[in-house]
Amino acid sequence: MTATSVEPPIKAPIRARRRRDPSSYVVLAALIVLVLVMLIPFVIVVFNALKTPEEYSTNGPLAVPDGIHLQGLKDFWERVAFGEKLLNSVIISGSVAAFAVILSVLNAYALGIGRITGRLWILVLLLMANTLPQEALVYPLYYLSKQVGLYDTRLSVIIIFTVIQSAFGTYLLSSVLGSFPRALLEAARMDGASTWQVLWRIVVPVTRPTVAVLLVFFFIWTWNEFLIPLVFLTSNENQTVSVALGVLQGQRLMDATMSSASALLGIIPTVIFFLIFQRTLTRGLTAGAIK
Amino acid sequence: MAGRRPPPTPPKPPRTGRSRDRAAYWLYLLPGLLLFVGVIGVPFIMNIGISFTEWPGIGTPKWTGLDNYKALFSDGEFWASFRNNVALIIAMAIIPTCIGLVLAAALTDFIGKKFGPRTASVLRACIYLPQLLPVVLVGIVWSWLLAPDNGAVNEMFKAVGLDSLAHDWLGDPKTAIWSVMVVMVWIQIGFPLVIFMSGLQRVDPSLYEAAEIDGASWWRRFWHLTIPQIRPETYVCLLWCTIASLKVFGHIYVLTKGGPGGATNVPAYYSFQNFFDKTEVGYGSAIATILTLIIVALTVVFLRVQSKDLGEEQ
Repeated sequence: MTATSVEPPIKAPIRARRRRDPSSYVVLAALIVLVLVMLIPFVIVVFNALKTPEEYSTNGPLAVPDGIHLQGLKDFWERVAFGEKLLNSVIISGSVAAFAVILSVLNAYALGIGRITGRLWILVLLLMANTLPQEALVYPLYYLSKQVGLYDTRLSVIIIFTVIQSAFGTYLLSSVLGSFPRALLEAARMDGASTWQVLWRIVVPVTRPTVAVLLVFFFIWTWNEFLIPLVFLTSNENQTVSVALGVLQGQRLMDATMSSASALLGIIPTVIFFLIFQRTLTRGLTAGAIK
Repeated sequence: MAGRRPPPTPPKPPRTGRSRDRAAYWLYLLPGLLLFVGVIGVPFIMNIGISFTEWPGIGTPKWTGLDNYKALFSDGEFWASFRNNVALIIAMAIIPTCIGLVLAAALTDFIGKKFGPRTASVLRACIYLPQLLPVVLVGIVWSWLLAPDNGAVNEMFKAVGLDSLAHDWLGDPKTAIWSVMVVMVWIQIGFPLVIFMSGLQRVDPSLYEAAEIDGASWWRRFWHLTIPQIRPETYVCLLWCTIASLKVFGHIYVLTKGGPGGATNVPAYYSFQNFFDKTEVGYGSAIATILTLIIVALTVVFLRVQSKDLGEEQ
């Protein structure tokens, strides 16, 4: 809707040159069909979240709701103290996203630009943070966190996921930085810039689209993590949204409309987050172009 | 390793300055390495230790030496689960990467230019949406859609008169793995798409303009310009999705619980079962150790190919 309403005037002459021939409408139509297929499951969730349990049992899960019933949403919100869980998830996912991006940038700078000896093996080692199945980490980490007194704190989950998520960031960024234009680095070094200055003034700005992608991924991945938060955040006031969702689901205390309501409430925050950061994902276009 | 790589620029800076620089870069790696040792290194060694014991998760583990590994190698269920994993690698890594490449190029180069970047990013957001869905919810939603009696998929077939195609998609051993594959493709496509679209932003637009002036068709530009330009991202995507498919257990858990009759069981889910359902933590640790070794070996081979391919290009 808003997609076509505002057009920057500068782009007009370029646009005029590229005519929209019939084939471009075919491509657009094909993509829209694909998108609709992708969205069907979400539509069903929204439908059921807005139904009453009676309506659900008479009309089935696929019928369009008669009206808008927010009781399911309200019940779920109150039962799990959703506001508190939301805050925990935001704190944990936000911190992990920020710290893991910083860690990834530092690691990737040493590996991709610094090209330190044995970088392939260091990368393999760091990637183990992700290759190791999480269920294998749970028991050892449980004992370690008890030893250092971090068990049942949000900090423990933040530290663990900062390391796990940064494995992907290190890999993606160091691959991208491996083909970083050397001339740009040499020029900066000629001007007497230190490695620290090169990192923040040249490398980070140029790779900003990739860094933005990492920030979005880390936030969403951490938001949806279940197993480790479930084990490490035992007290109710530390729990995250996806733990609350999973626990209630496992207890089978919810009917179908309430699970849909919980589903809807559970993904709204990440959808909002993604839509906000959509803009960062494309803004790099001009800022990041290497000439 | 360093000897294989030809110097990128002929006028090389003095040797001493270069190696002092290299040493300086180790400092940047220090925080990452320290955190890694604490959060991954030590627990992994502990996991290997546990794999030599018999342990229900509480009390004192009983040392049994290599017993778990011996049992593992003759455990048919474990090795059979690898066959299903091949199907998941295709569904989670290969198909999404291929579709993602075409979609990313179409959205950036075609929709973005002809209908504006905003149209492109709205479409991207919709395709990425399944990635936002927590695993628990994936299970709920798809169980509804694929339900044997009044599921949306079967209703749709009936509506167009293809009643004979209606099916218990997740309950029949023949179709269960295919149904899981379709769900995994649906989940995964958004991931390569977002990575590739961000990668395409690094590409100098004048390359495309030059190709367009030369009269190269869209497919030719896609094949000769787009794909080579985002080769680093393609490698990352393929490896990452392959690792993810070797580790997947949440989706299997919510969709089929490995069934029917082990038709959709995978090693990671098998290890999860041993850890938490059967509480055979020692055996679970042994599976996790073997799985980790397999993934690490794959990673090493893959990274060597990648660094050779990308290194020679420069």
